[in-house]
Amino acid sequence: MSDTHAQSVAFVRETALPPAEPPVAERGVYKWGRENLFATWPNALLTVAAIYVIYLVLAAVLPWLLNGIWNAPSLTACREILDGQTGGCFAVLVDRWNQLLFGFKYPSELYWRPTLAFVLLFVAVAPVLFFDLPRKLLILTLLYPFVAYWLIWGGTIWIPVMALVGFGVGYYVYTLLVQRSFAAGFFGGIAAAVAVFYAAGFIVPMLAPANPLLPAVPSRDLGGFMLNMMLGVTCVSLSLPIGIALALGRQSSMPLIKIVCVVFIEFIRGVPLITLLFVASVMLAYFFPPESQVDLFLRVVIMITMFSSAYIAEVIRGGLAALPKGQYEAGDSLGLDYAQAMRLIILPQALKISIPGIVNIAVGLFKDTTLVSVISMFDLVGMIRGPILASTDWNGVYWELLGFAALLFFVVCYGISQYSQWLERRLATDHR
Amino acid sequence: MAENQEEVKMKRTVFLGALTVAGVAAGAAAAATLDDVKARGKLNCGVTTGLVGFAAPDANGEWTGFDVSVCRAVAAAVLGDPAAVEFVPTTGKTRFTALASGEVDMLARNTTWTFSRDVDLKFDFVGVNYYDGQGFLVPKALGVSSAKDLDGAAVCIQTGTTTELNLADYFRKNNISYEPVPIETNAEGQQQYLAGACDAYTTDASGLAATRATFEAPGDHILLPEIISKEPLGPLVRHGDNEWGDVVRWTLNALIAAEELGVSSANVAEMSGNTNNPEVARLLGTEGELGAMLGLSADWAKNAIMAGGNYGEIFAKNIGEETPIGLARGLNAQWTDGGLLYTPPFR
Repeated sequence: MSDTHAQSVAFVRETALPPAEPPVAERGVYKWGRENLFATWPNALLTVAAIYVIYLVLAAVLPWLLNGIWNAPSLTACREILDGQTGGCFAVLVDRWNQLLFGFKYPSELYWRPTLAFVLLFVAVAPVLFFDLPRKLLILTLLYPFVAYWLIWGGTIWIPVMALVGFGVGYYVYTLLVQRSFAAGFFGGIAAAVAVFYAAGFIVPMLAPANPLLPAVPSRDLGGFMLNMMLGVTCVSLSLPIGIALALGRQSSMPLIKIVCVVFIEFIRGVPLITLLFVASVMLAYFFPPESQVDLFLRVVIMITMFSSAYIAEVIRGGLAALPKGQYEAGDSLGLDYAQAMRLIILPQALKISIPGIVNIAVGLFKDTTLVSVISMFDLVGMIRGPILASTDWNGVYWELLGFAALLFFVVCYGISQYSQWLERRLATDHR
Repeated sequence: MAENQEEVKMKRTVFLGALTVAGVAAGAAAAATLDDVKARGKLNCGVTTGLVGFAAPDANGEWTGFDVSVCRAVAAAVLGDPAAVEFVPTTGKTRFTALASGEVDMLARNTTWTFSRDVDLKFDFVGVNYYDGQGFLVPKALGVSSAKDLDGAAVCIQTGTTTELNLADYFRKNNISYEPVPIETNAEGQQQYLAGACDAYTTDASGLAATRATFEAPGDHILLPEIISKEPLGPLVRHGDNEWGDVVRWTLNALIAAEELGVSSANVAEMSGNTNNPEVARLLGTEGELGAMLGLSADWAKNAIMAGGNYGEIFAKNIGEETPIGLARGLNAQWTDGGLLYTPPFR
């Protein structure tokens, strides 16, 4: 029968055609573009409009960015070099780089100290942030505040050492007494630590050498982004435990503790941060005689910590309230006491729920540290608005400086936010 | 520049402070500041957090400027060392409490001498180191040559300052209208003005000159001739410590007198050796006991002049016509040149 075919059909393909490429309109970038950018007429119009807007933005920004001047002694010199062309005057960042980072009074030969403290910060926070790391590394975290204090402020090493001894003694007394009752351990530990601090007040001046290994730098000389970082890190890490304590206190069945916590939280939340800062810098100056003032940095840290701990307390209270009552009852039915139930059952769940809220507060707090510029502390924004813009050389440079500040803050805040997202994924146990 | 609301706040703060810790505050205020400064070996001088030409730290962190020079002169007069100054930066909101609480010994922070500040806030202004006044900056293209032509103009104005009130007064007095564009800071004012959000920008004339100096094309903008307010800026000290007030007052006077008498940082050493002008001899301590009367060494004024030069030199170096700010002497010329600088005799 093949003959019939041989006459009626001239050619029979015996092998399959190799698969042809899809038509141009159905593949690659065309397909993607047609489906995503030009699917319908309104879509196409919006795409064209968006491309035009992007073009406008880039046409304005790119020449400014790429044509920028990085080496000039002043704004006038910058403009002479540019000679009418568009271009940023980034030379101000080069000229005042150290001032932006460290403030204008930190001794320049000592810049390595805050830099080292900054590097060590990552070593110290790593075991807290990433709990896959060996738990023994937490010792580094506990030592870090004392090392960082010594590096940044300098002076005699005995102040941080004595502070460390005080905390050590307090903890030791706590472990001794806590078997009898938690209250005895808690207050006994605090009393022991205070006693050590009090004694250290007499011992340290005797031990302090005339020329300490690291020359002392007063708080007033701190500034720049370093100050923002110091305030942010200190206040966030202090306000988290205080906030947890306040949140638990607010739920306490003991009226006194409950009232104290509620009044504290409601009072602090009802007051703007800036008024608290003014109280710290202005009002407290009246309460202390001029020579025995509490350090301004410490006053500001106390105020910001109070502020953010009140907010964190409310976020954590939200987490606690979100837990079903059965979780509390489960703790009770297992025979756990209050501290154990909180530590093992309630808080791990409540804190997990609260992560986005806590991170929100932490990011907000970090940015709020720029408010200290209104009480004449020279943080990054204070440096820009004050000394740098007020110098005859650089008066009039706004975009470059404030853009740089925004970039620094963005890097840190975006980092915090990314970490929190990772943490949420890591802790996701609900198999959704 | 005089922030009005702040003063109200300030009064309340002072009242509260006085109420709660009257003893401490009074104790701090009544102490002999001159002895404190000598014992400390450093002068605590309150300055601004930064104002072009008047006070700002340079790239090395050294404070320079017109107000800063007054601090250095006082330090040189009292301690013999112009570098023995601890500069305490203050904002418009913290300056008065810093002085009242004893955190600083004196304030040299372009502060306008007003009745209520002198009397009600319990400070003593020891003199005037810069006679300022409120002016107008307009683009040349506007074609305006007098502030009276600004009828219907949009004017950028800092809120909560006396400049705002002066502006309202001036336009009402001349029966012309304007549209205020409220701004918060000088930086914002520059941007708004350059962006064309307002036809004219008004603040202290010295500030306008400094602002104009930062423009890409300063020549396209003019300062109108009208000065609509009096803003005498001067250093101030706490009320009640007259010895210290005298020291600051006469150090400032010495700088002004030195210019009048032709004593400059270049020739002060030579003139203190041989001069036949008895007033120069008294000023520089080769004759008479003026230094001892103040409780200072005989060469106090010589040290003050050597610190940064006489008034004219300080002016020329920081804000004068050779600098980018380019202020003319105007009212701040010696009385012999038609200005207002007039110091009582050194006798």
